[in-house]
Amino acid sequence: MKKYPTFVMGTLLLATLALQACSDSDDRASAGTTMRSYEVTVVNLTNNQPFSPLAAILHKSTYQGMTLGASASPGLETLAESGDNSPFLADANANTAVSDTASGAGLIASGTQETVMLTGSETRLTLASMLVNTNDAIAALNGIELGNMALNEVMTLHARAYDAGTEDNNEANSDVPGPAADGEGFNATRNDRDFVIVHPGVIGMEDGLSTSVLTEAHRFDNAVAKITIKRTS
Amino acid sequence: MKKILTAAFTTLVFATPALAQNVSVDVTNLTNAIYFTPLLVATHPESTHLFKSGTAASANLQTMAEGGNTAGLITDLMGISADISDNPAGGLLAPGASTNATFPKGGQNTHLSLVAMMLPTNDGFVGLDALEIPNATGTYTYFLNAYDAGTEANDEIINGGGATGTPGIPADPGGNNGTGATGVTTTENNMMVHIHRGVLGDMDLVAGKSDLTTNIHRWLNPVAKIVITVN
Repeated sequence: MKKYPTFVMGTLLLATLALQACSDSDDRASAGTTMRSYEVTVVNLTNNQPFSPLAAILHKSTYQGMTLGASASPGLETLAESGDNSPFLADANANTAVSDTASGAGLIASGTQETVMLTGSETRLTLASMLVNTNDAIAALNGIELGNMALNEVMTLHARAYDAGTEDNNEANSDVPGPAADGEGFNATRNDRDFVIVHPGVIGMEDGLSTSVLTEAHRFDNAVAKITIKRTS
Repeated sequence: MKKILTAAFTTLVFATPALAQNVSVDVTNLTNAIYFTPLLVATHPESTHLFKSGTAASANLQTMAEGGNTAGLITDLMGISADISDNPAGGLLAPGASTNATFPKGGQNTHLSLVAMMLPTNDGFVGLDALEIPNATGTYTYFLNAYDAGTEANDEIINGGGATGTPGIPADPGGNNGTGATGVTTTENNMMVHIHRGVLGDMDLVAGKSDLTTNIHRWLNPVAKIVITVN
């Protein structure tokens, strides 16, 4: 739970008191004035790409965790190369456009799921998690608007895989951190194109990349995750 | 259409005699060389699911995904008074081909599902899981993904094996396959319904790991387009 400056919160509460007094279950007040909670469930739909602990962020549009076609932040680079979400979440927590963050408890194996809770006044959702049997692939939702969700409404979305662009996709045993290999995670050297793209997929040792530690079982296609969002308050 | 109009629907039609209300669904196969076995398209209540990604396939879904047999799923749907279009294409839906299924509008069957096995695969299927049919008159386009039922190892060996629990792929209707494959894998890591990782194939028509052909049988999602016209 991110702390709000007391003054700002007080003002917001006063400003919405009249509305809340007569609000019903279909309340769709404008963003940034009402505290709402969301239950976010992520299902891993890949065959053999465990997901690193989730980073979930509730924010307004001035926060951007990831920009397609632009260089990844060091926090996103760390998450994408090693699965460590702490710098990415620390950056979000330090951003005044962010109203809440949550971290998953651990790896989400293929075919399994995890649910995290977010509560705040802002209505955009960003999610990121590494596909750990890759160099720097992430499953992500990038600033999805939740402001039109009614109380108890459920929305199902699918996330695709992106390439952070910060590490060459060599698929080498020395550079893939997941259980398919025993390589290093984060390395500050950026030896790829250095902008975020949709991931081209992995090749694997049976398909022409003889130096790959990955097999056909590690290949994936989109969508890589199913996301179910329920507004609970 | 399997199902006779229900009393509830008949009442609705009489209540609005000027409109022939229905929901028309066009389905197009967007793959290069993958055939859809006889399609099962149905409208049903919100709580009905032929499959749910991230959960284990039902026995009837497994039978459909491994061999193309939709009889069990149709029995399931008849039990809940779904409106069913069984095999609208009258057989396989070839790459690039389209077909149509039309359903009554209104009543309990507010959601749309579609499944068909993808040939040649071990247990791949094209799927739509309980899409809410729009209320307003209009045309709506959606794209569908290829799922893996998670019930059979994707060995990519064409051996006629279509029965539940039998390894192998029943056939390649397009005749683009090789023979003599030793098998791509004997295990399935994700045993829940999940997004299909695609096929590997190889370029050897008489040996190699796979009887599928790399430059012919591959696909990327989406694998089908549906156009829903609400009349």
